[in-house]
Amino acid sequence: MSEKMKKVRKPLPRRVRNRITAILVTSLTLGILILFLIPMVYGMVTALKTDGQFSKVGAPWWPATEEQFEYEGKSYDIYKVPVDGEIKNLALVVKGRQQSQFIDPDNAEEGLIVWEGAWRSLERSWEFDPQWNNFSKAWNTINFPRLLGNTVKYAGITTFGAVLSSALVAYGFARFRIPNKKVLFMLMLSTVILPGAVTLIPTYFVFLRIGWVGTWLPLIVPAFFSWGTNVFLIRQFIMSIPRDLDEAAMIDGANPLRIFFSIILPQSVPALTAVSLFHFFWAWNDFFGPLIYLAGNPEKYPITVGLTAFNRLYSQSTNLIQASALITAVIPLIIFFFAQRVFMQGVVITGVEK
Amino acid sequence: MNGIALRRAVKPKKVTSRILRNEAKWGFLFLSPWIIGFLAFYFLPMLASFGFSLLNFNPAVPDEATFIGFQNWQRALSVDKEVFLSFMRTMRFAAISLPIGLGFALLLSIILNSKNVIGKTLYRTLFYMPSMIPVVATVLIWNGVLNEQTGWINVLIQSVTGIQAVGTEGLRWLADPKLVYYAYTMFGLWGVGNAMIIFLAGLQGVPTEMYEAAEIDGASWLQRLFSITFPMITPVIFYQLVLGVIGVLQYFLAPFVLNQGTGAPEGMTRFYMVYFYKQSFTFFNMGYGATLAWLMFIFALIVTILLFGSAKYWVYYASEER
Repeated sequence: MSEKMKKVRKPLPRRVRNRITAILVTSLTLGILILFLIPMVYGMVTALKTDGQFSKVGAPWWPATEEQFEYEGKSYDIYKVPVDGEIKNLALVVKGRQQSQFIDPDNAEEGLIVWEGAWRSLERSWEFDPQWNNFSKAWNTINFPRLLGNTVKYAGITTFGAVLSSALVAYGFARFRIPNKKVLFMLMLSTVILPGAVTLIPTYFVFLRIGWVGTWLPLIVPAFFSWGTNVFLIRQFIMSIPRDLDEAAMIDGANPLRIFFSIILPQSVPALTAVSLFHFFWAWNDFFGPLIYLAGNPEKYPITVGLTAFNRLYSQSTNLIQASALITAVIPLIIFFFAQRVFMQGVVITGVEK
Repeated sequence: MNGIALRRAVKPKKVTSRILRNEAKWGFLFLSPWIIGFLAFYFLPMLASFGFSLLNFNPAVPDEATFIGFQNWQRALSVDKEVFLSFMRTMRFAAISLPIGLGFALLLSIILNSKNVIGKTLYRTLFYMPSMIPVVATVLIWNGVLNEQTGWINVLIQSVTGIQAVGTEGLRWLADPKLVYYAYTMFGLWGVGNAMIIFLAGLQGVPTEMYEAAEIDGASWLQRLFSITFPMITPVIFYQLVLGVIGVLQYFLAPFVLNQGTGAPEGMTRFYMVYFYKQSFTFFNMGYGATLAWLMFIFALIVTILLFGSAKYWVYYASEER
């Protein structure tokens, strides 16, 4: 009988099997994603806690404060009290060793309830109480407007400089016959992976001698002399633009500079957008340069260095640190959600074609 | 390219050379920002850096700089043990963080490339998202979540496995020398986005006919993975590995943010770059700092050359086969 059954039973149809695999793989991915993003939830939850919640035994994982109840002008702590086999939240009014008197916050007119047992063995009752003002506290303590202003200025100016100069250089590499172009191009690409430390000390010394250390200049000026990765990306793009238009313009007597601004630049907008975004976030993230060149000059700090200094001073205020880390994260995240397509395509071009 | 070659052949020689010269002139004009920048911010500083390595030099008292020959180099290579130690720490950290980091990126890209995942675009966005968070903020968030007492990682491990993870007897991610590199590796996973996207693009570039042919021959999913997928994307893995090694040599931010370069716990996080920073910008031993920087450069060069040399044994380039 069972032999027969086995023979008769058909394997699951392909579509059903595929559906099952899809569900399994998708839930596995979801599991990984949840683990991956847990720190962000932790940061959010922690940022909303009170200072005291961290050290209290029995505190819940979510932002909460110990519940209290106002009774006859005084506030009393609320405990979880087992009464007749169920847990009730009652306010402790009169403390006693063997028995204590409670009041039911939902039913205060009923008067005091006598409870037999040691109140010290009871657990406090917590209520959900997010401290949204931690964000404004962090915002003010760390002086976010100034840090953000500095960062936006730094990222904006260097992005403009690095993208414009890189586009010029990229045009040169893409369209002109230049002796030893290949060697020059390899040299340019090699600067991308050159460890920055090896050029740092003489550069620092020169900037120190001309009085630029402590200002933004050492961070901004070099950006105007092109940037390896940007040049590479824009060059790839310009090479894909058909030459017909620039040749037509050349016949009409336009010089290369004119061609660059009126033909090449407008057509390279997709590449320029991607590169601008990259550079902007690179600068937003930059830490080592500002740390060294702005040392001891807190009014000029960008957000990264400011946040580090804040972490050092307020290392005990876990909630404020998480709040400030989240504020720092939120602006890049918002921009990312709007521009993610451009962003990811750019990553692919730089990463795969190199 | 063909067009250029053709034009060159057709045009008379004299005119060509004049046109070429004019073209080169304009070309160099456009390259000039890079050429000036290269000389001013790469080439000359590199040479000068070598010059500095021969000096005993403190920028606060530049006039007292003295030429000491190769004493800095001797000190770095044979006297100052911390140079070698910090370098070995960096390498040990690399040996942990690079395989885990690249493996995770590869795993995600394989999942996201599979036809079996519903909602791929959303997953891709969400896995990429933390890469956008400034690394300082990432480090601080993870510093909290890995806290031995209140961090969720330990609470989660304890409640799932029952192992004592919370508290001073538990998993002290950032205070235990055996765990700290894994903790740092975990922060790094939040930066997985770029590698993931690049791997994904590599996977999408693998011709589907290969998979179809293998499937007809009865190859299992695992066989296809090891015999088609991995070999076909070795160029991408190679590129990521080179970038990863160069990056880890300069690993600085996380230890600096968390312990200001003290190396806690037990000096484990005093990586090479941290030591370079301390010598150069805390003690202002810039002659010695320049030496350390040059050593790093030499080492990065050796590693890159070794990696490129090893490439022919394991990296597959489709063009060679043609």
